[in-house]
Amino acid sequence: MTGFGSILAQALGLIASGDAALMEIIGLSLRVTLSAVALSCLIGLPLGAAVGAFRFPGRTALCVVLNALMGLPPVVVGLLVYLMLSAAGPLGPLALLYTPSAMVIAQTVLVTPIVAALTRQVVEDLNQEYDEQFKSLGVTGAGRVSALLWDARFSLLTVALAGFGRAVAEVGAVIIVGGNINHVTRVMTTTIALETSKGNLELALALGVVLLGIAVTVNAAVMGLRASAVRSAYA
Amino acid sequence: MNIQSGAEAVARRTGLTARGLCYDAGGKRLIDGMDISIAAGRRTVVMGANGAGKSVLLRLLHGILSPASGEVLCEGRPLDCALRARQAMVFQRPVLLRRSVRGNLAFALAAKGVPRRDRGHAVADALEQARLTHLADRPARVLSGGEQQRLAVARALIGGPDLLLLDEPTASLDPGSTHAIEELIQNAYQRGVTIVMVTHDAGQARRIADDVVFLNSGRVVEAGPADQVLNAPQSNAARAWLGGRLYLDSTP
Ligand SMILES: Nc1ncnc2c1ncn2[C@@H]1O[C@H](COP(=O)(O)OP(=O)(O)O)[C@@H](O)[C@H]1O
Ligand SMILES: [Mg+2]
Repeated sequence: MTGFGSILAQALGLIASGDAALMEIIGLSLRVTLSAVALSCLIGLPLGAAVGAFRFPGRTALCVVLNALMGLPPVVVGLLVYLMLSAAGPLGPLALLYTPSAMVIAQTVLVTPIVAALTRQVVEDLNQEYDEQFKSLGVTGAGRVSALLWDARFSLLTVALAGFGRAVAEVGAVIIVGGNINHVTRVMTTTIALETSKGNLELALALGVVLLGIAVTVNAAVMGLRASAVRSAYA
Repeated sequence: MNIQSGAEAVARRTGLTARGLCYDAGGKRLIDGMDISIAAGRRTVVMGANGAGKSVLLRLLHGILSPASGEVLCEGRPLDCALRARQAMVFQRPVLLRRSVRGNLAFALAAKGVPRRDRGHAVADALEQARLTHLADRPARVLSGGEQQRLAVARALIGGPDLLLLDEPTASLDPGSTHAIEELIQNAYQRGVTIVMVTHDAGQARRIADDVVFLNSGRVVEAGPADQVLNAPQSNAARAWLGGRLYLDSTP
């Protein structure tokens, strides 16, 4: 137990001193994950909203697929993106393998179905509530989708948060396509995995603490926003 | 299209005709062969017991439900999107958007294709008429029942409809709020808007109606000028209802 105590103390010391290596890793992690979540929202929000708002042939099948893709194992996503980006793959000429861009792509593939499927559910419920009113006001097509997205904005914040949580914590996809290269593609989760196996527990634990801190902070911020939304009956 | 909401805006006189209207749901015939004509520029009040089919009828007249048989004609043409755009409806339970009072009004204008720069004036005007100016930036869903209903009526009127359908707009409102709603309706009528309103309140019917349509069990049992139907009802259902007796027989 004293071992754990001293490791934790050293880890906190690393964080407090603003250790350069640590900051580089945290910075890259956040850049990769936030980019991936932003892209996932760009694709997943309108896609999910359209599926939630309209009836069309094959809709049920699409919902099943979206829901199933929510549970994609990160290593499988990593492998598939690896095959796409590797020299022999269709996107090989882009030479993206083992770059931060590759990690963004992998996390986007992982998170987009989550954003789309959760958005679909939220928007479908709201659409049911608004349907007659929208018909009466003549709100159709893209106008309906954007109005639903706007009125569901606080629920969708939670959706984006779920995507962020999934991306920031996963290790399987980014380690395969990023390769965990020092100063290039090393992010929090891959570093924790590597440093733990090397026995460098202080750095690993420092990153673990930061990861937890980020999760708690983001959750608290979103809950605070939602609470104020509930007070104005916007949620 | 007429996009002004101000008192200067004049509506195009528009009536409606329903012929042999039937509607089924849940294996039941809810509307059973109704023939109704809504005279242009007049105020028609629809009455009848709970479950008589008043709300379903209004949806059919508005074109958001399609009849099983029969048709609704507007100016001799079957109701389509363009014709429906000239109607507005206040539902029995209006849905306010998760936005400010102002946002709800602006949204209705946006849906009518009014450009952003032209919305401000119409919204300010509508707020003024509904006496909601001081609440303009409040979230719509935290307003009181009366204020929400005023907003719903103002939102229906802001696009400058030629025909306004209202489903029990003052049910469960106090006299002050009821008066404010009736004032909005009467002002719209003065501008030439055709009014179709459902009410349970005989006093309100007397104040507003030019014509009365009385429904029972999905059929029209009596229709005609207000003083005739309200003062000398011919059908058992209407006579019992207006006489304040409970009428439980379903045959007219
Ligand atoms: N979608 C539906 N499915 C089945 N029954 C319905 C549906 N909508 C309305 N009804 C029934 O039709 C009858 C008339 O309803 P409604 O028009 O709402 O009555 P009201 O005259 O009180 O407004 C009621 O008995 C109601 O239960
Ligand atoms: Mg009703």
